[in-house]
Amino acid sequence: MFHIYCPYCEEWREEEEFHPKGQAHIQRPIDPESCSDEEWGDYLFFRDNPRGIHHELWVHAVGCRKFFNITRHTQSYEILETYRMGETPSVTAESVKREAIAAAASTATSESAEEVRA
Amino acid sequence: MSDIKSDLNPGTVNTYDACPGADIAQESPLAWSYLNSGAPAPGPSSRIVMREQAARDHLILRGGAIVIDEAVRQVLGINLPARPQQLTLCDDGVSSLQWLSPDEWLLIVPFGQAYNIELELRAALGDASVAISEVSGGQTLLELSGDADALQQLLMKSVIYDTHPQHFPPGKGVTTVFAKTSLILRRPDDSRWELVVRRSFADYVYRWLLDAGDEFAIGVIRDGAQQGASA
Ligand SMILES: [Zn+2]
Repeated sequence: MFHIYCPYCEEWREEEEFHPKGQAHIQRPIDPESCSDEEWGDYLFFRDNPRGIHHELWVHAVGCRKFFNITRHTQSYEILETYRMGETPSVTAESVKREAIAAAASTATSESAEEVRA
Repeated sequence: MSDIKSDLNPGTVNTYDACPGADIAQESPLAWSYLNSGAPAPGPSSRIVMREQAARDHLILRGGAIVIDEAVRQVLGINLPARPQQLTLCDDGVSSLQWLSPDEWLLIVPFGQAYNIELELRAALGDASVAISEVSGGQTLLELSGDADALQQLLMKSVIYDTHPQHFPPGKGVTTVFAKTSLILRRPDDSRWELVVRRSFADYVYRWLLDAGDEFAIGVIRDGAQQGASA
């Protein structure tokens, strides 16, 4: 068992109280009458299955019964953040990639500095 | 059952008194449990005492915190528990108001008062977008009291929530998993815990508590008369 931080209850609660509800941030086409079959099909049936960062909808089913979002890593299962409905995630695939590049660059500069000293 | 007080109703919502009246006996959700599973009387070795507080009316208030806060301050004279998991007790020692979710609160008042309070709240709320539901028939209140240590151990066997006094001080209440069902667990003060149980699960929870409390010689106080006549 592990704990999940509910952004509405504002505390860590047992995983047993929660249910996952699939991919987050899915927008219904604004005008369903005029969208193409492909757009409508995408909206209804197609979901991302990324290896890495995934934004998911969860519900605190036994608790405040509010829906909220979880950013989760699909390889490590690590929960990177939870945030309320209507908010934008601070951890995204792009932000993680940017940080990785920045970290690589800083180690590269420190290595080259060591070479100069040698 | 009457529309005598309809002058208090601003007229936008249909309201009716769900209380059948004080002279009509009501059966507690535990009536069958008492009959079927018994109710061991508390003895000198009992470290935990269970008692159903059946003579209560339950109301669910839903809506924006700011408007509801204003209304309950006006009608009940208390501030709305706006913080998560907050439980506020009223001066009468019976009524309470509890945070359930960011737009939902549980108001428990003495038996027979729900309708008047609902009307007063509605009058105070005007045309604000709110919902007030009478849920007295759907749930009941169980009270556990006794030895703090024994209560703590009983709860540790039953709930997944951390009930350590540091994590669960008086004035807190949560909806959580209790013995594979869900209920509202609350701590009005140092010596008591309260369980708000669904009517359909009342027998299950009652029998669970008898079983889990067996090692603490749990005793049950039964309010002799059916509610209604006494209230
Ligand atoms: Zn919650």
